[in-house]
Amino acid sequence: MKRLMIAALSGALFGAGLLISGMTNPAKVQGWLDVFGRWDPTLGFVLTGAILPMLVAWRVAARRRTALTGTQMPPPPPQMIDARLIAGAALFGLGWGFAGLCPGPAMASIGFGGTPFLIFFAAMVAGMWLFAVWNRRA
Amino acid sequence: MNPDWIAGLIGGMMIGGAAALYLLGNGRIMGASGLLGGLVDGTGRSNWTERAAFIGGLVLLPALLVAGGVAERSAPIAGSGVLVLAGLMVGFGTRLGNGCTSGHGVCGISRLSRRGIVATVVYLLAGGIAVVLSRALGWTA
Repeated sequence: MKRLMIAALSGALFGAGLLISGMTNPAKVQGWLDVFGRWDPTLGFVLTGAILPMLVAWRVAARRRTALTGTQMPPPPPQMIDARLIAGAALFGLGWGFAGLCPGPAMASIGFGGTPFLIFFAAMVAGMWLFAVWNRRA
Repeated sequence: MNPDWIAGLIGGMMIGGAAALYLLGNGRIMGASGLLGGLVDGTGRSNWTERAAFIGGLVLLPALLVAGGVAERSAPIAGSGVLVLAGLMVGFGTRLGNGCTSGHGVCGISRLSRRGIVATVVYLLAGGIAVVLSRALGWTA
């Protein structure tokens, strides 16, 4: 129960942060990604703001064996840079630039965005499902 | 300072705070595409309630904030065809590359993960190219 409450609280705070930062606003996000044009550096502020608490959190996590609810802390990150990582990030970045939406904001917009946001979300879920099908055969 | 930058910084700190809470509370990395993707393909079946609770909070609070007039509703910038194409790319790409802005960008960079840093550079450059392309093709509404 405690796990579920922490998860819901994290999700809610994540959603509010996405909304306040402007990440759920596709027009703004396109300007933030326009690094080859009239770039608006706001995304740098969002990422910096988000990374700061996590710098502390990873330091705390390194000194603990388990999280508050008793789960093991995540293992050290894999180091391998492979074609999947690069191709996946490139595909994702293109989609993000075209629609101005990435996965977190796409979910945060479900309750208020209306039909276009639901279309994007449904296509994103379909893309995830297609990957799973492809990955089983590959 | 530009008000958008201040909002970005404050909103960003809330995003990072959420990731810190999820890590220190539940021992999980807060990656939006992984949380959802695990429910879509069944790989996250063992902890589906935790994923569902996270997504529930993520959907509910922004909806309440917009309904209450605290935050503004945003408008889409592309037509349905482009949204479908972009959605498919985001869904497939984040699963193939195993992460998105929250997982690779926020949680990865903050622990100096090589994969997180490389992925973030690649998707930001690709995003920049997509913005140029969508303007050239007239896709931006």
